Amino acid sequence: MAQRLSVAKTYKLYIGGAFPRTESGRSIAITDTSGKTITHVCHASRKDFRNAVVAARSAQPGWMGRDAYNRSQILYRMGEMLEGKGEEFAQLIKRTTDADLRTARKEVEASVDRLVAYAGWADKFSQVLGCHNPVVGPYYNFTVPEATGVVVAVAPDEPSLLGLITLMAPALCSGSTVVALGSEKHPIATSVLGEVCATSDVPGGAINLLTGQRDELIEHIANHRDVNAVVGAGLSKKHAAALRMGSSENIKRVRIEDSVDFYDDEACESPWRIEPLVEMKTIWHPSAT
Amino acid sequence: MNEHASSQTEPKADARSLRFGESWDYAPAPESVKVEIAEKYGHYINGKFTTPTKTTKFFGSINPSNEKVLCKVTQGTKKDVDKAVDAAKSALTGWKRLSGKERGKYLYRIARRIQERARELAVLESMDGGKPIRESRDVDVPLAAQHFFYHAGWADKLKYAFPNRDPQPVGVCGQIIPWNFPLLMAAWKIAPALACGNTVVLKPAETTPLTALRLAEIFDECELPAGVVNIVTGDGATGQALAEHKGLDKLAFTGSTSVGKKIAAAAAERDIPCTLELGGKSPNIIFDDASIDQAIEGIISGIYFNQGHVCCAGSRLFVQESVLDEVIRRLEWRMKSLRVGDPLDKNTDVGAINSKAQLATINRYLKIGSEEGAEVHVPGGGEVPAKGYWCRPCFFTGVQQSHQIAREEIFGPVLAVMSFRTPEEAIQRANNTPYGLSAGIWTDKGSKMFELAGKLKAGVIWCNTFNRFDAASPFGGYKESGFGREGGMQGLRGYVKF
Repeated sequence: MAQRLSVAKTYKLYIGGAFPRTESGRSIAITDTSGKTITHVCHASRKDFRNAVVAARSAQPGWMGRDAYNRSQILYRMGEMLEGKGEEFAQLIKRTTDADLRTARKEVEASVDRLVAYAGWADKFSQVLGCHNPVVGPYYNFTVPEATGVVVAVAPDEPSLLGLITLMAPALCSGSTVVALGSEKHPIATSVLGEVCATSDVPGGAINLLTGQRDELIEHIANHRDVNAVVGAGLSKKHAAALRMGSSENIKRVRIEDSVDFYDDEACESPWRIEPLVEMKTIWHPSAT
Repeated sequence: MNEHASSQTEPKADARSLRFGESWDYAPAPESVKVEIAEKYGHYINGKFTTPTKTTKFFGSINPSNEKVLCKVTQGTKKDVDKAVDAAKSALTGWKRLSGKERGKYLYRIARRIQERARELAVLESMDGGKPIRESRDVDVPLAAQHFFYHAGWADKLKYAFPNRDPQPVGVCGQIIPWNFPLLMAAWKIAPALACGNTVVLKPAETTPLTALRLAEIFDECELPAGVVNIVTGDGATGQALAEHKGLDKLAFTGSTSVGKKIAAAAAERDIPCTLELGGKSPNIIFDDASIDQAIEGIISGIYFNQGHVCCAGSRLFVQESVLDEVIRRLEWRMKSLRVGDPLDKNTDVGAINSKAQLATINRYLKIGSEEGAEVHVPGGGEVPAKGYWCRPCFFTGVQQSHQIAREEIFGPVLAVMSFRTPEEAIQRANNTPYGLSAGIWTDKGSKMFELAGKLKAGVIWCNTFNRFDAASPFGGYKESGFGREGGMQGLRGYVKF
C-alpha cells in the first residue's frame, strides 16, 4: 500500500480579511531547528504593504464605530480561537525556534491571556484615560480618548507570537486598525494568526498581517503618509532610527521600545500602552438656560 | 421601547384617526421555547444545591400572569444563612488569592454561558416575574451578560481604577435583591463583587427566585469554586437573617427605601460598609422646544417599561405649560397602542404586575389619586386576562405637588403629570423630593440640557432618552435613593477597601 501523502498548508498573507499571496510572487523558506525546509511563507513586498494600509484605512471607521463592548467581545473571541489552535502554534514554535514544547506552550497561553486582558480594556481605557475638566465659566468640558487610526506594528523576532499580539492588541482594543509586519526570523506564527483573525468575527481589514523582510519594508512604513502610528520592539538601531524619523513625514506617533519583557503582565497589559495610540479629544459645551 | 407608533402622524381628536385596542387584534406571537422547571429547588450553598430535610419549608413561586405555581422554593432559615456565610468565608481565602486575571476568566466564562442560555433565561424571567418577553430578551438578559463581561475585564485592572491605592477585597458580601429585574440585579451585585475578589451570599426576591437559581447552575457549569457565590432563597425573614449576620463584611441591597433604612441600620450597628440602591420618584422634564414625538416615546419607556416596576422610573412628568395639552393628547393616543397581556407574547408591551401584593399597592394609590382630586386617564382599551395580576397603564392630570401620587413611589404603570413655566421652576420642583435616583430632560437646546443636568440632584440624568442602562455606566442615587454606584469604574468602589 502506498503511504498517504499529506496535504500541506500554503501560508499566505492576511489582508482585508482575505488570504492573498504576495503580489511579488516571492516566498521565504521556513526551516526547522535542524535546518530542513518544512514549508514556505510569503515574502511581502512594498505593494503588499501599501495594499494592507488601504485595507486598514477603509476598515478603520467601521471598527472604531463599533460599540466598545463589541470590540471587547471580538478580542475575547480571538483569545478563544487562539486557545483552540494553541497546540498547532506550540508545535510550530517548537519546530522552528529554540523553544522547547513547554516554553512554546507557555508563549501561546500568555498570548491568549494577553488578548483577554486587552478585551477587557476595550470598554474601560476611556474611563481611565478620559476625564471631565472643571474649566472656568458655564461650560461642560470633557476629554475623551479616540483611536488614532491606522497603526503599523513591527514585531520583534522573539517571542514571535506573543510579541506580535502585545504590539497589536492595544491598537485594536481602542479602535485603531493594524498592519503588522511579523517576526522576520520566525514568521510562521504570523501566518497562522491570520486564521485566528479570520474566524473570530474580526472585520476584514481591521487586522492585516505581513511576513517579509524589515530591510525592505521599514523605509516604506516610515514614509507612508496614511499611517497614523508605528509601534515596534526589539528592532535594530538602524530600523528603529528610520521608523522614528518617519514621524517627520506626516507627524506619525512612533513608539519603539528597545527591549520588552513580554512575560511581564504589569508592563505589557497596561493602559499606558494604549495611551500612545489614542488622540485626546476635548469637547466644550455651554451650560445655560 | 415601542417602534410601531413612531411613524404615525399626529392624532386628530376623532374622525379618521387610527383605532387600536379591541378593533386591532394582533395574532398571538408566543415565545415557543419551553423551559424546564424542577418541582422543587434547594439553596445553592458551597457549590451544591441543598436537599430538603424533614423540617424544610417551601413556598411557591407564582407566575403572575396566570397565578399558577411554577415550582416550590426553599424558605431559608437562619441555619441556612449560617451555612452560606460559612461557605463564603471558607472560599474567600482561595478566591482572593487567585490572580485577577484568573478570576476574570471565570467571569468571562459566566458571561458566555449566560449568552448561550439567553433565551431560556429570558423565558424563565418572564414566567416568574411577569415582564414582557421582549424586555427580558432584549434588555435584562443581554445586560446581565454584559455586566459579567465588563467586570471580568476589571478583575486584573483594579489598580488602574484606584490610582495610588492598593485595592483589596472587602470580604464576604451579603446581597439582597428585588423582584423587578431578578437576573439583572443578581448580575449587578455578583459581577463586581467577584471581580474585586469578594465572595457572596445572595438572597433573591421571594417572588422571583428562579433565574438566580438558574444562574447558580451556570456557576456550576463554569466550575466557579464552591462557596464563592451562595444563593439562599426565602422571604423577608431570610433577608433579615442575612442582613443581621455577624459573619458579613459588607451589605448590598437594592429595594425599597423603607427596607433600605433597616439595612443601613444593620450595617451601621456592626460598622460594616453598605451600598444601597433604593426607591425613586424621578422627574421627566419636557420643554416646549423638545421633539415631542421623541419625548412621548421617552415618557412611555420612562414609566411603562417593566410595568413601571423600575426604581428609576420617570414617574413624575413635568411638561412646559405651552405644550401641556399637546403632550397629553399625544400621550393618550400613543398609549392606546400599548398592548397589555401575556408576558410571553412578543407583541406585549406591558406584562403582568409582579405580585398580588404589588397590585394591591398600585390600586391603593389609584384610589388615593382620585380621592385627592387628580383625574385618572386610562387610554388603552381591550380586555386583560381573567387570571393574573394586571394594571392598565394610566396617568393622572390635575396633580398637585402635595398629592401623595406625586410624592410617593408607586412602582407601577402610573404617571403623575404636572406642568411648569420656567426652567428654574422645573429644577426646583424636580428636586423637591427626598429621592434622587434619575431624571430625564427633553429639549433640543444643548446648553439648557447641560444647565439642568448640572442642577438636578439625581445620580443618573438622561438627556433626550430614558431608562438606558449599561455595564460601563455607573448607576445609583442621591439622597434617600441610596448610596454607592453600580456599574462603571465607580461601581467597583463598593467592593474594595484600601
